[in-house]
Amino acid sequence: MRQQILILCLATPDLGSPVLAWSFYDGTGRATGMAGDSETPPFPSVLAAMKEGWRVIQFPLLMPRPAGHEHETSHLRFEYVLERMVQA
Amino acid sequence: MSSGPVSGDAPLLDSPQLASFVARGFLRFDEIVPQPLCAEALAEIAGGTRPSSFQAKRGEPAARWPGRPLDEIWPDSVGLAAIVRSPAIAGIIRSLVGPGALYDHHYAHTIQPGQRWSQPWHADAIVDPRTAFDIQLCFFFEDTPRAMGGTMILPGSHLRRVNESDIARYQNFVGQQATVCKAGTLLVCHHGLWHCGQPNLSAAPRTMLKLRLNPSVPQRRLWDARDLDDPGVAAVVAGILASPEPWHGNEARLEVVNRIKLWRHLSGDARFDVDYWLTRLENQKN
Repeated sequence: MRQQILILCLATPDLGSPVLAWSFYDGTGRATGMAGDSETPPFPSVLAAMKEGWRVIQFPLLMPRPAGHEHETSHLRFEYVLERMVQA
Repeated sequence: MSSGPVSGDAPLLDSPQLASFVARGFLRFDEIVPQPLCAEALAEIAGGTRPSSFQAKRGEPAARWPGRPLDEIWPDSVGLAAIVRSPAIAGIIRSLVGPGALYDHHYAHTIQPGQRWSQPWHADAIVDPRTAFDIQLCFFFEDTPRAMGGTMILPGSHLRRVNESDIARYQNFVGQQATVCKAGTLLVCHHGLWHCGQPNLSAAPRTMLKLRLNPSVPQRRLWDARDLDDPGVAAVVAGILASPEPWHGNEARLEVVNRIKLWRHLSGDARFDVDYWLTRLENQKN
């Protein structure tokens, strides 16, 4: 068995909120994605991916913004990591 | 995109164009470089006749070029030098970084035919906390269909503080844009814009030449800002600054706040606001 990783960045911490960004890493070596290779998210939400058998293995921490830097933006905040195991 | 009134012989950008740059982090000018100059530039690149400070060895003259006026570095009037001196492009440069723009570096990014690998997403250089900004002129001197790439950009990412390849784990965003264009097209980008080189599945090499310039003066009303006296134009500017990108999600309003801060810096209007968003925080009486 090999692990496949799907990273979905959501609009809000709600697992049913829309996907804004996505990545796919394939432990089988067959289909790893790369920058700019698709225009449409593989699922509309994390919840939709769960319904197809993907397991959520990491939730984003909901950290308060540091004092004095409340308006700064950087990485996408609501990044979920999902996995499934497939035959090699 | 049209050009506005002139400064000398260089037509300056107008306020809606500046607002679009502030909001989205880039401006695109299709086929702004005439074909003969595209050919000259490609010949320079192929011949390696215009050295760059990028990766120049210590002791080479080009290693001392960063921070010097572009006009001193490229004093001639052929190829790339002629392009940056052409009135339309000189006006764009002047509108964003002022007269006497400073050369930072330039580099011809050539993707070989059949290259299936995509460069990961990144922002150029280290995390940059300035309000002031550099511009990166990305020239496409050849027709660039999607099979050739070109450079992919993420509109509205330029105000996010990341360090180089911090963002390499991301692969796709809603709203990402590949630069598919005709020869002679120019993207003028804020230094912080997220981007990546795309695969070249064609049978010909694909080149994007990038020139980074620093401001020579405070970036205060360097464009033709007279149109801001027109309430209709001011409303257009506010509307542009308030328009989110599809990938902003819950942080869309924070992006607008950061655009307001940059617009205040550029316009000199410390009270500028969009829908009372910042004023609400600033009118508290102590």
